[in-house]
Formats: sequence, structure tokens, C-alpha cells
Amino acid sequence: MVRIISQINTLLWKEFVLEFRNKNALNGIVLYVFSTVFIVYQSFRVVPEVPVWNALLWIIILFSSVNAVNKTFQNDGMGRQYYLYLLADPKAVILSKIIYNIVLLSFLSLISAACYGLVLGNPIQQYGNFIFVIFMGSIGLSSLLTMISAISSKSGNALGMVAVLGFPLIIPLIITIIKASKGVADGLPFNTYAKYLLTMAGLDILVIALSVILFPYLWRD
Amino acid sequence: MKKNWWKLLPVLLMVYAIPMSFAGEVSVQTILHETIRNLYFHVTMWFSMFILFIVSMVNAIMFLHTGNLIFDVRSEMYIRTSLLFGFIGIFTGMIWANFTWGAPWVNDPQLNGAAITILSYLAYLILRSSLNDVQKKARLAAVYNIFAFTLMFVLIGIMPRINDSLHPGKGGNPGFGSYDLAPAMRPVFYISILAWTLVGVWIAQIQIKIKSISQKIKSA
Repeated sequence: MVRIISQINTLLWKEFVLEFRNKNALNGIVLYVFSTVFIVYQSFRVVPEVPVWNALLWIIILFSSVNAVNKTFQNDGMGRQYYLYLLADPKAVILSKIIYNIVLLSFLSLISAACYGLVLGNPIQQYGNFIFVIFMGSIGLSSLLTMISAISSKSGNALGMVAVLGFPLIIPLIITIIKASKGVADGLPFNTYAKYLLTMAGLDILVIALSVILFPYLWRD
Repeated sequence: MKKNWWKLLPVLLMVYAIPMSFAGEVSVQTILHETIRNLYFHVTMWFSMFILFIVSMVNAIMFLHTGNLIFDVRSEMYIRTSLLFGFIGIFTGMIWANFTWGAPWVNDPQLNGAAITILSYLAYLILRSSLNDVQKKARLAAVYNIFAFTLMFVLIGIMPRINDSLHPGKGGNPGFGSYDLAPAMRPVFYISILAWTLVGVWIAQIQIKIKSISQKIKSA
């Protein structure tokens, strides 16, 4: 257990160092978010209704998350994967990737939401809860997409595969996120959307547990 | 021939179940009327599909545990068969919905769950066809199978309960629960489930045989 935690620390450090050493990937994804928001802004101009506003925001976040997470396993070349295979525990590898993606996606989702609210108006009434929902949603999206990209990186057509495999599975998660986030945006009392947050937490735990159990089988090549 | 005795069972059960489905006594309800007979076809399709998905997932777990490729063939063929059942389930459901709800498809958690289930298992088949290496294909498919089954379970087991649904048995609608199902319907319903599931296993068995023989020919 202690060994796995120390490995997670090392691997996480590796991910962050690599990300900052090679900033163009991160900048690219941030630019992707800006352009998508701008396309939505130019197509809609105004979004008067909260449900539409909310759904569009999460669709933008979903697509940028898919793009951001997609490179998780592709950046590790064949050589580095063999190196990791010799040294690290597979559980540590998948957990470090999930944690790294949680940080990345929380950051991306916050940027998307801020930028989106800036140009398309901002109906949110409870900022604290909204950020909480974004954080919970990012945990779910990143754990699910990390596992899916682990599967699809082993197949030939990795980029197309993430969408094909991931989108059907992500629908329950995205529905719960959208409902919770709509409750927050409408300023409803917390207990009306607490059940969605609970479902989300349950889904997050389920997906992370499944990833930890199944990743060791994916890994040996 | 020794092993084939069980194939008589679905045939005998069908002889009982199909006439009873069309002519047996049913409970009379407003709106539903005689369309409640769809219980014997639509609902049994989904039950059989679900049972076959479970069988497939168990085979996937067995493959990851043992590495024996026969489990992978079984897992794939059970999924193909249950997808067939799923499609029939969707069509019978659409015919029913057209008479009772007035439209073949409505935006409902239960229906969307069904569509997503079909989509995620079609994605499973695409994942398989995108890979060439047999061992790798089997491993990735097994992992995705377990992953997808668990999420599908959440999707059609839990989601319709936290959202309102039009579907019978959900969101306070008259369903096939104990209070509105005529006692005479019960045995026919359960026997239909058993019969259709056995037919599914039969179809899958034939496909498994074809697949393993063609693999042997290829490798020889």
C-alpha cells in the first residue's frame, strides 16, 4: 500500500513535469476550449433559456475533456510503457493517470465555464455549489475517459475509438451532471439536486474501482 | 446427441407459451387492454437479453482469469445473440408504444437507456473488429465488456428510478407488479422468459460451434 502511494506520487510528478516541459499540448487544449466557446457564441449569440445554456456548457466540457484525456496513453511511447511495466504497479499507473486527469479536467472545465459565462451570459446563482458540481463532474469524466482511452490506445484507431466506446457509457454520467448543474444554475435548494450529486459520487467510485481492477489486464502486452 | 436433450425443453415450453400468449386469460386494464399481451414478447426479450449479457460477462471474467480463448468466443457470441434479442425487444416495444402512448418513441429514461445499451454493445463489436491480434482483441473486449455491463446496469437499473418515467412499472405507472397482474399471467410470463432464454442459448451455441470450427480451419 505504502509502495503504491509512493509510486503514485512519483508518477504524478512525472506527468506534471512532462506537461509543463511540453506546454504546447496544454495550450492547444485551452485554445480548443476558447474556439469552441466562440463558435457556440457566434452560432447562438444569446442563449435565453437556462436548460439550453447548461446543456451547451456541458457539451463543450465533454468534447474538450475527450480531447484532453485522449493523449494520456498516447504520449507514453512504446519504450516508456515497457519501462513503466518493469518498474511500477499497474494500479499506481492508472490511479496516477486518473488523478492527473482530474486536475487537468477541473482546470479545463473551470476555464470553459468562466469563458462561456463571460460571452454568453451567466445565470448561475450559487457559485460555490456550481464549482462543486464542476469538480464532481470532472472526477467522473476523467476516471471514465481515462479507462476508455486506456482501452482505445491499445487498438489501432485510438482517436475514433474513444468517441465510439466512450460516448454511450458516458451518457448516464452526463445526464446526472446536467441535472445537478441545472439545479444549481436555477438556484434551487440543495436537497432538490442532492440525489444527482449522490448518484454522481456513486458512479465515480464505481468507475474508479473498476479501472483499478481491470487495468492490470489491459496492461500486459 | 447425449448433450442435446435440453433443446427439447424450449420447444416444449414454446408449445405451451406461444398459444397461451395469444389466447390465455389476461388482466383487463384501461388504456392497456389487450396490448398487455406484449408482456409475453417485449418484456421477455429484455429479460433474456439481460440474462445473456450476464452470461457473456461471466465468460469475459473467466477469460481474464484463465486466458483460454474459448471463453472469448463464447462471450462474443452471447453478446451477438443478446443484441438480436435487444433489437426485437425495441421493435416490439415500439409497436406497443405506438398503440398506448401514441408514438413509437418518446423521450423517456427507460427508452433512452435501452438505446444506449444497444449502442454500447455495438461499440463492443466495433472494438473487436478494429483489432487483429487474437489475444489482444480478446483481452480488450473482455475488459470493455465488464466495464460496459456494470455501467449499463447502473443505467437501466438506477437512472429510471431517480427520474420520472412513462414506462410501466416505473415512476408510479401501472406496471407488471403484483397488484395488477392477473394470477393466470404469471406462469405464462415466467415460462416465456425461460423458453426465450433457452432459445437464445441455443442460437449462441450454434454460433460458438461455427466460430470455433472456422478458427480451427484457419489455423490449420
